[in-house]
Amino acid sequence: MKQVFSNPVLVKEIKLRFRSPKSFIGILFYLIAMCIFVFGFILLTTQFSGTGYFRPEESFFMFTMLTYIQLGLILFITPGLTAGAISTEREKQTLNILLTTSQTSFQIIFGKLTSSIAFLLLLLIAGLPIYSMVFLFGGVSPSQLGIIFLFFFLTMLAIGSIGIMYSTIIRKTIVSMIATYGTMIFLSAVTGFIYLVITGMNTMVAGSISSSPVGHFFASINPVVLVLTLVSPGSDTFITDTTKVDFPIWVGYAIFYICITAFAIFISVKKLRVNMNRTK
Amino acid sequence: MIEIKGLSKKYGAFYALNDLNLTLQEGTVFGFVGANGAGKSTTFSILATLLQPTSGDAFVNGKSVRTDANEVRKQIGYMPDFFGVYDQLKANEYLDFYGASYGISEAERKILIPQLLELVNLTHKRYEYVDLLSRGMKQRLCLARSLIHDPKVLILDEPASGLDPRARVEMRDILKQLKGMGKTILISSHILPELAEMCDEIGVIDGGRLIAHGSVSEIQSKLAGERHITVKVKGLLENVATFFEEDPFISSIEMHLEKNAVTFNYRGTEDDQINLLKKAMDHSIKVISFSETETDLEDVFMEITKGAK
Ligand SMILES: Nc1ncnc2c1ncn2[C@@H]1O[C@H](COP(=O)(O)OP(=O)(O)OP(=O)(O)O)[C@@H](O)[C@H]1O
Ligand SMILES: [Mg+2]
Repeated sequence: MKQVFSNPVLVKEIKLRFRSPKSFIGILFYLIAMCIFVFGFILLTTQFSGTGYFRPEESFFMFTMLTYIQLGLILFITPGLTAGAISTEREKQTLNILLTTSQTSFQIIFGKLTSSIAFLLLLLIAGLPIYSMVFLFGGVSPSQLGIIFLFFFLTMLAIGSIGIMYSTIIRKTIVSMIATYGTMIFLSAVTGFIYLVITGMNTMVAGSISSSPVGHFFASINPVVLVLTLVSPGSDTFITDTTKVDFPIWVGYAIFYICITAFAIFISVKKLRVNMNRTK
Repeated sequence: MIEIKGLSKKYGAFYALNDLNLTLQEGTVFGFVGANGAGKSTTFSILATLLQPTSGDAFVNGKSVRTDANEVRKQIGYMPDFFGVYDQLKANEYLDFYGASYGISEAERKILIPQLLELVNLTHKRYEYVDLLSRGMKQRLCLARSLIHDPKVLILDEPASGLDPRARVEMRDILKQLKGMGKTILISSHILPELAEMCDEIGVIDGGRLIAHGSVSEIQSKLAGERHITVKVKGLLENVATFFEEDPFISSIEMHLEKNAVTFNYRGTEDDQINLLKKAMDHSIKVISFSETETDLEDVFMEITKGAK
């Protein structure tokens, strides 16, 4: 554990991040946006329902909305934080020096990744008090929130590793950004679309629904679907019905994103330094 | 200490380095000289384990850059020709970060960093942001950085470029101190006279090949026996040039219209030279000055690289 916290890159990145006012302004705006949403929502529902109090169903709806907002936040901020991690150092000509130090490639990649993840976690934690408003009104259990945060963490880790990977293998930050956002959009939107197309074709062609593991796969790697099954358990029966595959979405999601993370970190570590001993 | 064996680097069909061989003893200060694009930075990058050689190998203290890159990194302090610094980081934190990157403990860093800042005369700037330092200060800070893990070998790619004359003298003094500590130093530079004073050995590289290697005096004696003479005259330069061209001891004659002077290399004895001047006067050439310029490394460099092309 001490090894982790004494990672020089991590320590330096965190120092730099909190020295720039940008980070604080970012957190501030994020919290303001969340507050406007939550209080606006409460105000609206209590005003228009005419009852003057807030019902658990509404609280549940708010919880769902908040969760999706946070998911969107993770999906959009993680690439921005990681896709330039290595390539900006290359562009600013600090990478060469860093690579001649005796740190291992893994240490450097790990430091870069964890510093970005740490900032995202801070964002999530800073939003917790607003989340807790939901508990005040009931309708959601804390353990449910815990599980959701666990999956948020996994999603950050995977997208973050992908960002670092692109940043390592692509020279230009801007290209790396595009690649990372592209991949993120593929995972969060295109997969859902593919799922719809596959199951749609399935019903049209066969008349009756046949088993479609591919369709199920695309549904289970989609974070939007995952969050849906997490906030309202039971909604995954819909996926099971349309694909005839009875496999928990969250298990598929976890396996896939853990593999992605491992793969991306592996590639980053391999490609960070030139292979001095390659023979052609 | 340094052993480069048959090192080549190819970009496509172009040889940036072509079968380079070089051996340096411990404690040597080696000056690496060559025109733009000769391959100096390429050689240094390979030694710094940043660039993969196409063929051949290089050894630092017996460790191969190919198979033992990690060990090599611990032995060398590398200062690239171009480098950046992190903004939002202060000079002492900059050194602290790299110290930590070499696994130096915090307690040791606390002692080491003030010493290094003192060495490069930046103590008064220790709490300033590095990106706000002047170029020369950044360069000195980078030198301090490359020393933080007390490497045996220093690889400095044009450390004096962009420095004002005073800063260059200071840089040279620092390097002399480091030499005194017994470090092996490889240094590339365009500013040759400065190299001459502090280098034990000089290597001249051209078109990716090492075309001369030896002590400073050895390299200089390649041109020995020739004096470099400048004659400044009043009147038409062409006539003067044709007069000097007839002399058998004169070679590489050049006209400098802006100064109204001719320069040439002279092989004759001192007496011949006296006669030459007398003859010139007799020819009613209006000599303003007739002077011998010291053959410095610059000329050696020009001479050697000319021959290789
Ligand atoms: N990535 C690359 N792709 C193709 N050619 C390259 C590359 N890097 C360097 N070269 C070529 O290799 C040759 C050697 O370059 P190098 O940087 O080693 O020269 P140098 O001696 O350091 O010159 P300078 O005095 O200008 O710093 C040059 O001709 C350069 O154009
Ligand atoms: Mg160079």
